[in-house]
Amino acid sequence: MTIGIGGWGSRRKPMALVKAICRSDVKDLTVVSYGGPDVGLLCAFGKIRKLVSGFVTLDSIPLEPHFRNARQKGAVEFEELDEGMLQWGLYAAANRLPFMPTRAGLRSDVLGGLETVKSPYDGEEVVAMPPLRLDLALVHMNRADKRGNAQYLGPDLYFDDLFCMAADEAFVSCERVVDSFDEGSFHTLRISRLYTTGVVEAPRGAHFTSCVPDYDRDEECQTNYAKAAADPDAWKAFADAYVTS
Amino acid sequence: MPTSRADHCVVACKDALAGSGEILVSPFGIVPPIAARLARASSEPDIVLTDGEARAIDGDGNVESWLPFRFIFDLLSSGKRHVFMMPVQIDRFGNMNLSAIGPHDHPKVQMIGSRGAPGNTISHKTSYWVPRHTARAFVEQVDFVSGLGVDRGGLVHHVITNLGVFDFDGGTMRVRSLHPGVTMDEVRENTGFAIDGDETPTREPTDDERELIAKLDPNDARNREVS
Repeated sequence: MTIGIGGWGSRRKPMALVKAICRSDVKDLTVVSYGGPDVGLLCAFGKIRKLVSGFVTLDSIPLEPHFRNARQKGAVEFEELDEGMLQWGLYAAANRLPFMPTRAGLRSDVLGGLETVKSPYDGEEVVAMPPLRLDLALVHMNRADKRGNAQYLGPDLYFDDLFCMAADEAFVSCERVVDSFDEGSFHTLRISRLYTTGVVEAPRGAHFTSCVPDYDRDEECQTNYAKAAADPDAWKAFADAYVTS
Repeated sequence: MPTSRADHCVVACKDALAGSGEILVSPFGIVPPIAARLARASSEPDIVLTDGEARAIDGDGNVESWLPFRFIFDLLSSGKRHVFMMPVQIDRFGNMNLSAIGPHDHPKVQMIGSRGAPGNTISHKTSYWVPRHTARAFVEQVDFVSGLGVDRGGLVHHVITNLGVFDFDGGTMRVRSLHPGVTMDEVRENTGFAIDGDETPTREPTDDERELIAKLDPNDARNREVS
């Protein structure tokens, strides 16, 4: 199963939904993400077989230690893409296109097994970025209504709309389900119910990642999460408190 | 206060931006962001800088435009951007690895990932900031090509390290200047491939630059980044 996860690094990640996956018996996932602790946590719980991403980071802590552990054990395959290639792959999937042309990736090792095409107009060779079709998308937004419309109130939507549009089913967790959208301008209502399957009210559902303006990143919790990667006992204590309970 | 090694790194990064005009500068690390703000406050008033969170902030601290990640991706191919990235490995052509050390299917050391390096290096000027110049960073061959070297058509501009300033104007990496007190032998000892070039010292910051640097970095973070 291929799951796309919204947010960016350690910002507005649907951690409540990710934790639910960790508590389930789901495994062998292919995950598409602008990776942060969503990826690290799923790695720590042995849920990911393959990651499709351009990076994994905790932002204020540059390297994601749980992801590193999994990779250095050879436990997770990493299909590495340029950040823009990932966006184009989601865009191709959202638009039911066979590929999107881009220069990003040409002559670099992220090209991997991807093909290039020549422009029929001027002969320029470009990467043919294939669609990243998702079985499921999970995103966390600031507000949503019961019908599945969703709103972000922070500085950046990231690519959450594209994740939903590229997926067969998309679930939105949110800080608060509202009857009407009274905050922000209507321009911030960037996810339409046309693209969503269900809504979950999950207050602090992005914690410990940032979900401004509702809350900032919990740096202390993130530091404990990162430090625990070096010690199985510390990790068990952290995971019991953060995921299991 | 005497001029520090980090101060020379700041003016070297600033000089890498000479003649930028109206472009977005995306500086990573500690020294490059100070240098970019220094440049905007003096010789390069037209450059655009963000707060790292989607807001372009002008020299007076006001929001001047909205630049979420997708707008930055859209900007790349216009060439109106200069990024400073921090490579893990770099070779004589400027091919750069930000991904992993060792085989990609089972790396010895997993790093952050290639990020936007493939698209950056093929689209616009890319400079590299290396606070610790070692033979482990400057290698014969990189384990993964995240960013394109000049031999692959990459638009690699300058490499600034704690030892000196380097460019690829001759097709391979050469010394452009050495920071005061650094010798060519020291550079060679810490570089995993043959290197030569100009032994002229990196220029001193002017009095105005010194004053601005102290204002932009009152807590001396730059001196902790450069060892």
